[in-house]
Amino acid sequence: MLKQFAAYVVFNLLSLEPDSHLGEAINFFIYDTLKVFLLLTVIIFFVAMIRSHFPPERTRRILLRKRQYLGNGLAGLLGIVTPFCSCSAVPLFIGFVESGVPLGVTFSFLISSPMINEVALVLLLGLFGLRIALLYVGTGLLVSIIAGIAIGKLRMEKYVQDYIYQVKVGSTEIPQQKFSEKIEYARDYTKDLLKRIWPYVLVGIGVGGFIHGYVPSDFLVKYAGRDNLFAVPVAVLIGVPLYSNAAGTIPIVQALMGKGMPIGTVLAFMMAVTALSFPEAVILKNVLKIRLLLIFFGIVAAAIIAVGYLFNAIL
Amino acid sequence: MKIEILGMGCANCKKLYENAVEAAKLSGKEAEVVKVEDIQKIMSYGVLSTPALVIDGVVKVAGKLPKIEEIKKWIK
Repeated sequence: MLKQFAAYVVFNLLSLEPDSHLGEAINFFIYDTLKVFLLLTVIIFFVAMIRSHFPPERTRRILLRKRQYLGNGLAGLLGIVTPFCSCSAVPLFIGFVESGVPLGVTFSFLISSPMINEVALVLLLGLFGLRIALLYVGTGLLVSIIAGIAIGKLRMEKYVQDYIYQVKVGSTEIPQQKFSEKIEYARDYTKDLLKRIWPYVLVGIGVGGFIHGYVPSDFLVKYAGRDNLFAVPVAVLIGVPLYSNAAGTIPIVQALMGKGMPIGTVLAFMMAVTALSFPEAVILKNVLKIRLLLIFFGIVAAAIIAVGYLFNAIL
Repeated sequence: MKIEILGMGCANCKKLYENAVEAAKLSGKEAEVVKVEDIQKIMSYGVLSTPALVIDGVVKVAGKLPKIEEIKKWIK
């Protein structure tokens, strides 16, 4: 229905030629904008509802004294549903580690939580379809689990800032919300988030629409195709500074995929955008000594690059 | 009455502080609003997400930005 509406606006109201570049680009822009904002509103509301059931205090209780492997898997899954903002990374990290959540398990959580976030999910679902959205969630989980296990195995406990083991964590009960409060919270959350990201989404879809209409379809095959082994690591390097801008980058990446960027490179790039960022590194520096910080970034980057190569090879 | 705003200086922490000051003013109660930015003190309340709001030592909300009307209800 949205498709017909977009086509009607472009070809009937604006009377553009169906096969022209401009018509193509504007049609793409209107259709994707409508679809993405509709999905964002609906899905983020429900995600916020689910999240209100998993405050970090509860997640910590579930992860307490969990062993490796099982703990890493659970932490990765809980990272998806627990609300998390990098500004809370420090209290969250201290609270987890101090109360006995193993370090590797804590890292699995810290990796999956920003990587598998609702904005990225909606955009992947809306623009790439269910298959790639699920692929992203699955491989994201895998990266968080593997990187967490690796950090656990390396016995990095002594590279956590020393003061953390001295902090006394209190045990206040955080008040539970009533159902009506949860709905109100979810509504406000959706509104705030949309208010924050809509310009990025529009610009992203706009640029995507331009690429879709104007860039020749095999443009990227030469530079970023399967045969170029550097494409995946370079995509990861470019992704790191684009922090928290899944909203703006995913529509562009979708357009690039249409121009010959292979799926593994696409996945690796998006994971680098969401999971690795300089501001997060600065915040984590408060709780990690530089060596562990570098190891953390190195392992996550390596896992993401491996995912990129893997999917370029098999799909 | 003492209202403490826990948070290490994030955007929402500043907003919560402003909301709390406004709520205290509107409620007409004697309330002192202070920012708590020291991580050791924040952790002593057992919160894992910021910003958090504490009234007379009791955590009212954590990891969310309550509206002025909500804070006013807690002050009463």
